[in-house]
Amino acid sequence: MIAHSVFFYIFSLIAIVSAVMVTVSKNTVHSVFFLILDFISISCLFIMIGAEFLGMIMLIVYVGAVAVLFLFVVMMLNVAEQKGQWFSSRWDGGTHIPVGLLVSLIIFFELIIVIGGWKYKPDLLNSLSINISTEVTNTRSIGNVLYTDYIFLFQISGMILLVAMIGAIVLTYRERAGVKRQSYVKQISRERDEGVDLVEAERNKGVKIDV
Amino acid sequence: MDSYFSILFTEIYKILFLLLPVLVSVAMIVWLDRRVWAFVQKRRGPNVVGPFGLFQSLADALKYIFKEIIIPASSNKLVFVLAPVVTMTLALISWAVIPFGEDFVLADINVGILYLFAVSSLGVYGIIMGGWASNSKYPFLGAIRSAAQMVSYEVSIGVIIINVLLCVGSLNLSDIVMAQQNLWFVIPLFPMFVIFFISALAETNRPPFDLPEAEAELVAGYQTEYSGMMYAMFWLGEYANILLMCAMGAVLFLGGWLSPIDIFPFNAIPGPFWLIFKILFLFILFALVKATVPRYRYDQLMKLGWKIFLPFSLFYVVLTSSFLLYFDLLPGK
Repeated sequence: MIAHSVFFYIFSLIAIVSAVMVTVSKNTVHSVFFLILDFISISCLFIMIGAEFLGMIMLIVYVGAVAVLFLFVVMMLNVAEQKGQWFSSRWDGGTHIPVGLLVSLIIFFELIIVIGGWKYKPDLLNSLSINISTEVTNTRSIGNVLYTDYIFLFQISGMILLVAMIGAIVLTYRERAGVKRQSYVKQISRERDEGVDLVEAERNKGVKIDV
Repeated sequence: MDSYFSILFTEIYKILFLLLPVLVSVAMIVWLDRRVWAFVQKRRGPNVVGPFGLFQSLADALKYIFKEIIIPASSNKLVFVLAPVVTMTLALISWAVIPFGEDFVLADINVGILYLFAVSSLGVYGIIMGGWASNSKYPFLGAIRSAAQMVSYEVSIGVIIINVLLCVGSLNLSDIVMAQQNLWFVIPLFPMFVIFFISALAETNRPPFDLPEAEAELVAGYQTEYSGMMYAMFWLGEYANILLMCAMGAVLFLGGWLSPIDIFPFNAIPGPFWLIFKILFLFILFALVKATVPRYRYDQLMKLGWKIFLPFSLFYVVLTSSFLLYFDLLPGK
């Protein structure tokens, strides 16, 4: 049990420190690296409480895909700034402080509600959550709930994600003129007659080829 | 506390017992790769150091160890040093869940296949970190390419894994192997095996998908600025990843440690040897592909991943699940 709590404190310390470092560090790419470290330590915490499925999904989805895209975008943005010196954020007069304060206040009150409920009404949790049997693996028990009781919510969230994806593609896609695309069908179906042209070139005139 | 330490020491002993053979076989597999490659092209390949040139990789390793490690002045030093470490670590930790036989596995966890998938999807970070921290054009281009490529092909590998899981009903790798006792999944899921093989080539940046380090365009891609032992660590990590992908293919489709036919001369050979044979078979396929196929163009690579593999493997998920449902073969009821 001692080892368990030692590991718990190590992982939660790493999680908190890296979460702070995400906002504190001056280099944006470093921030993303700290975010990844945060995700990883949180998934370790998930595994420690026995929710290994959630931990692994956390790794696959957040670290393996979302954070890669973050990193991708941040790196692309910073290429110009990186040339001379590493990107550093400058004081811009504090225009974003009110918004930040508002958001953090909302999150703070949400946390208070959640923690207060957990502290003062412990039976509230039991009445809401579904009994977890220790014999089935948690992958199976999540599936049992997700694909039976909450199948419609699950499907709707999938549809919303699909709509968001299509919307993003429609909004950003622009047909650009003058882009040469390869068409396999066109290449393969080309006959000898169209491919080869025998031209009688006149002397001192040359041949005009229209492409 | 005493028992805790004894558990710790037995685990460390087990880990060493697993990792040393993996590292040695990585060195040997580099030699095998070069030999197969040379054989196809009618060359001799490395044949000087030791019998058949077997110690060539050790000689190379010695050379790398004694070379100077150069860290570019304008690089981001910490990330630059961390990148090969990350690659190497991630390539080695995934071996923990590979089952070499019945009850012959370091960590028999419930979500083994998800663990493998998660660790292989983390592999992209070593490359991105290396490419970005070098603060140079070619490594950066290589890293960006490789990030896009690995994320794309992970998607199709994930869907292929779903196909296998539908037939097994468990995420545990030992269960996946035991479900193949009567029929290896390579037979009913043969198209998925082919797509898995090609996606594994792309996932490990092997030719014909080695665009992140395409020497004709990008010098050496993300490895350009690396030298000495740090380069060697990238290299070892890459080959350990290739071996891991072969092991994953063997476990998912070729029946892991099971013998092909359950009659006397075959089932007398212990399970780990069968797994090693299968890994070697897949690896020789990898090497043959490297020797024969020219490099893909980048847009062709993306097109193959997103427009062909992903729809086809999604279609196969529907096909597999409806087949299982119709004939009432769904596992875990």
